[in-house]
Amino acid sequence: MVIAAASLTFLAQLLMPGDRATALMNVQTGQQKRWTAAELAPVNKEFGFDRPLPVQYLHYLGGLFRGDLGTSYTQHRPVTQVIGGQLAPTLILTLGALVTAWVLAVAITVLTVKRTRAVSALGSTWEALTASLPNYWVGVVLLVVFAVKLPLFPVIGGSNAWGTVLPLATLAIPLAGFLGQVTRDELEKVLDQPFVTTARTRGMSDTAVRLRHALRHAVLPAITLSGWALGALVSGAIITENIFARPGIGQVLVTAVNTRDVPTVSGIVLVVAVAYVVANLLVDVAYALVDPRLRGRS
Amino acid sequence: MTVSPLPTAGARLVRLDRLRIRPSTAVSLIVVLWVLLATIAPDLLTNRSPTAIDLGGTMQAPSWNHPFGTDQAGRDLFTRVIYGARQSMGIGLGATALAMVIAVLLGFTAGLAGGFLDAVITRVVEVTFAFPALLLALLVISVRGPSQATELIAVGIGSAPGYARMVRGQVLNVRQAAYIEAAAALGHNRWTVIRQHLFPNAMRPLVAVMTLGIGQSVVWASSLSFLGLGVPPPSSEWGALLDAGREYITTSWWLEILPGLVIIVVALAATSLGRTLQHKLEGAAS
Amino acid sequence: MTAPTTLDDTGDDAAAPAPDAAPDLLTVENLRVWFGTTEVVKGISFTARPGRCLAIVGESGSGKSVTARTLVGLTGANSRMSAERIDLAGVDLTRQSDRSWRSIRGRDIGFVLQDALVSLDQLRRVGDEVAEPLRLHGWGNKRRRAERAVELLDAVGVPEPELRARQRPYELSGGLRQRALIASAIALDPKLVIADEPTTALDVTVQAQVLDLLAASKTRGTSIILISHDLSVVARLADEVAVMRRGEIVEFGTAHQVLHAPTHDYTQHLLDAIPSEHTRGTRLLRPPEGTTEGPRTRRPVDRDRPVVQARNVSKVFRGPDKINRTVVDDVSFDLYAGETLGIVGESGSGKTTTARITLALLEATSGDVLLHGQPWSDIPTAASRPLRKQIGIIYQDPLSSFDPRWPVGRILSDALATGSRPPSSKAEAQERAIRLLEQVGLSDKHLTTAPLRLSGGQRQRVAIARALAPEPGIIVCDEPVSALDVSVQAQVLDLLTELQDDLGVSYLFISHDLGVIHHVSDRILVMKSGKIIEQGDADDVFQQPQHPYTQRLLTALPQLAQA
Repeated sequence: MVIAAASLTFLAQLLMPGDRATALMNVQTGQQKRWTAAELAPVNKEFGFDRPLPVQYLHYLGGLFRGDLGTSYTQHRPVTQVIGGQLAPTLILTLGALVTAWVLAVAITVLTVKRTRAVSALGSTWEALTASLPNYWVGVVLLVVFAVKLPLFPVIGGSNAWGTVLPLATLAIPLAGFLGQVTRDELEKVLDQPFVTTARTRGMSDTAVRLRHALRHAVLPAITLSGWALGALVSGAIITENIFARPGIGQVLVTAVNTRDVPTVSGIVLVVAVAYVVANLLVDVAYALVDPRLRGRS
Repeated sequence: MTVSPLPTAGARLVRLDRLRIRPSTAVSLIVVLWVLLATIAPDLLTNRSPTAIDLGGTMQAPSWNHPFGTDQAGRDLFTRVIYGARQSMGIGLGATALAMVIAVLLGFTAGLAGGFLDAVITRVVEVTFAFPALLLALLVISVRGPSQATELIAVGIGSAPGYARMVRGQVLNVRQAAYIEAAAALGHNRWTVIRQHLFPNAMRPLVAVMTLGIGQSVVWASSLSFLGLGVPPPSSEWGALLDAGREYITTSWWLEILPGLVIIVVALAATSLGRTLQHKLEGAAS
Repeated sequence: MTAPTTLDDTGDDAAAPAPDAAPDLLTVENLRVWFGTTEVVKGISFTARPGRCLAIVGESGSGKSVTARTLVGLTGANSRMSAERIDLAGVDLTRQSDRSWRSIRGRDIGFVLQDALVSLDQLRRVGDEVAEPLRLHGWGNKRRRAERAVELLDAVGVPEPELRARQRPYELSGGLRQRALIASAIALDPKLVIADEPTTALDVTVQAQVLDLLAASKTRGTSIILISHDLSVVARLADEVAVMRRGEIVEFGTAHQVLHAPTHDYTQHLLDAIPSEHTRGTRLLRPPEGTTEGPRTRRPVDRDRPVVQARNVSKVFRGPDKINRTVVDDVSFDLYAGETLGIVGESGSGKTTTARITLALLEATSGDVLLHGQPWSDIPTAASRPLRKQIGIIYQDPLSSFDPRWPVGRILSDALATGSRPPSSKAEAQERAIRLLEQVGLSDKHLTTAPLRLSGGQRQRVAIARALAPEPGIIVCDEPVSALDVSVQAQVLDLLTELQDDLGVSYLFISHDLGVIHHVSDRILVMKSGKIIEQGDADDVFQQPQHPYTQRLLTALPQLAQA
């Protein structure tokens, strides 16, 4: 996965229109002109553009193994430095949002699935609505309502606990809706399963059946999707960090895309890819914990 | 495919031209028709011009006269939203179509070929699918620079892996269906079976998914614009409106929240219609 | 109301156990259940007594399962019930709160559902599942309950109970799972056990063991209510039988009386519909009213003309665990013109794989199949395609074998086009499709119908029409009636026999049901673990089985005579 992502980002760097050194000089100076070979030579040397492509590719991959993500076009610093300090706040935000979303989703589904028609409809409507809200809109509304109109929270977030509340909610609410929809569908199916009836015929209460039997089955698809959800969270975090001017890789990334600083963008893409592999491993572990049927296979 | 239960008997149905349509579906249809009208003939929905500047009436909050308020140049936001529909829907439709073309090509090749080719395509698709779509889109933009075409390609490529995964799953699913074997047992050749049974049945759910996808694409495109990486501001494309309104969030909330709301309503309508279609198709198949 | 409310109207019956040995445990009077506005149980009354088994028998939609669930207060959402009286040992079950129901379920009434694979929680250990009623009713402490669960598993005949208790349901065989489910139902020694289709989906030998287990608990004084669609299963266990149809009890009496001297037409109809050795060569159902039918002449089997010859066919599958498993092992047989050759075996015996190789839809690992004496199974696909019109197939689940987008007419005209006389025009195709429909007892009004809108029996008729369309001489029938209610099954079996008499087609007929096989087959192959272990004339195999496995199968086979 990481190697695939690395090849992809390398390819992206090649695909920049025109000669890379020329593009780079344009980006750095803000001018649009043809540069002479003499002017381009130091750039080509600094970034190694003068070497054959396969060599560049291997060099790039080799660098990755040593933890070298290349050099930023705009800042002339190693990409690792540019990204380094920004990782922790983003990680805290996304993981916090994932946990919050899970708690919300499970609580709402267990309480509302297959109750009276009105309660179930309320739950599923809430999920359908929140699941389709774009992060930017949730963020803006929360900002306007809870920071501007009712000044409960700071407008400029910062990465302290108080400033994290709104960004966390921005990320967690749509995700909770999404996870809730998936869990609701599954819980509805599971509650129709014969083993649920069996448990009821033993004298178990409806709530106990939901918590002890059905829930465990119902969370399986949502767990599988949590790997994917982390991706959505990273996307959302980029936007959220921008709204609340919160430090994190989102800020760095948007600046980099705007200045077409491809190495920095690629670096972030790769870091996310690594985070992703780890996340999916964790998802597999979580799945096996919940569903013993998968243990000992594969 | 799992057999999905038919819509519950309890679902409220209203008679609408003798069609049994749920109220939510009816509302969604109206929204979609409204957007289509705005796309084709925006001048039928408003008599203002999206570019008419009124420096005496800048930053007005929503009122009867200006239902969505006005912006820093006194332009009527409601009119701008209507005129922005064409560009936004263009991006949404284009991106979805692009994604579908990529997805069908990859999905069918993988699903039908099997073996090594399948393994390679599946691997690539899984990797890119698992990857945050926004990052993929940003990578495209960082390479090509922001523009409408870039936005379309970025969103299209960003959402293609998800569809490709589904198409392949669908092909494999239909391949295993008993009616495929039954057709082979009747003596039809491989190509007839693919053309007559496999292709149409594998494509069937995609109609619904595409409807769903258009709404998602509009949202994705607006997210990119919101970050200032989409169509640049003088345009009234919905995402561009969001981008333009960001500066004024703390003072003029409507510039940000109302266009956002329009995007959400359109996306919800598309999703709801897509779901209805899905249920109809699955209901007919199960 | 046609249902009598007492049991002793046949008190002089010698085969019935001594009546009125104990007072009634459960009395139900005038029970009604509605789903929405539809009444699904229409005022039924019955009683159950300690140490006896009451069987409630009916086809799908008869309301038998709903009745069972209502007795434990779990009829389901959107339902309503009323009854003059439901009395369990002095407790009025019509007026129980949710909380008091919970103390009754599991403690006073045990409930066994069909197919323990889905009736036990797959994610939990068998021991925890068995001990759950104990925990819910505050029995002992955690350690004692775990020990008790092992004892219970031991008591229902699960070998290595300590090990099994630690395993999960999917790690156990079907029979062991069903025993574990029963162990959990009888954990608190309830006075009443309700078993809803407890042996459906089980192989016949396992089925017999599970029924014996229920019988054992009956002799210990438990009252059992057995819900089943299968009259022969009921015969093995029941003391009294209630026959339900469309929400009503149409006949009620001792098992012996109901099964051997039924007074109601419907019961007679159900009994007639059961295929067995006695029904061979006859119609199961009387011809529809108004049609008079002379005696049919069966086409003779032409023993000189084999139409299919399987020669030492083997099939080896390589599992995901890289282990080769031989699914079909050196199978040889001949099928003659106009003959029905039955293949019978339990699940996993290799029957369906044999069928698919015979159809050349699956390549044999070794050996080959000849069609009309010509190479067939091992020639290239392109070469075999023109021969396909000579051999057709009917599946167990017809619906999934139809393209969901096509109406019946299109399905048939597509099949007609593959035959040796493809229709030359649309009109001819339509006309011939209608003729096919009439041949299988349907009509032109079904041409535009989607298969989804047809009943199970009608779907199988369409599948038969499709198989007949290319005018094949051979039809492979793979469990064609297993998913059907007994009276619909009888209609389809009658139709197949009729078509054979009219058209002279040969059937390779695959089923797990010994009764069905005996009814339809001229000759029989018994398969076990991929091998043919016995073959011969149907009557020979059934009357003088040579192989111990066949003998075991036949002993386990539930029979009406047991009542």
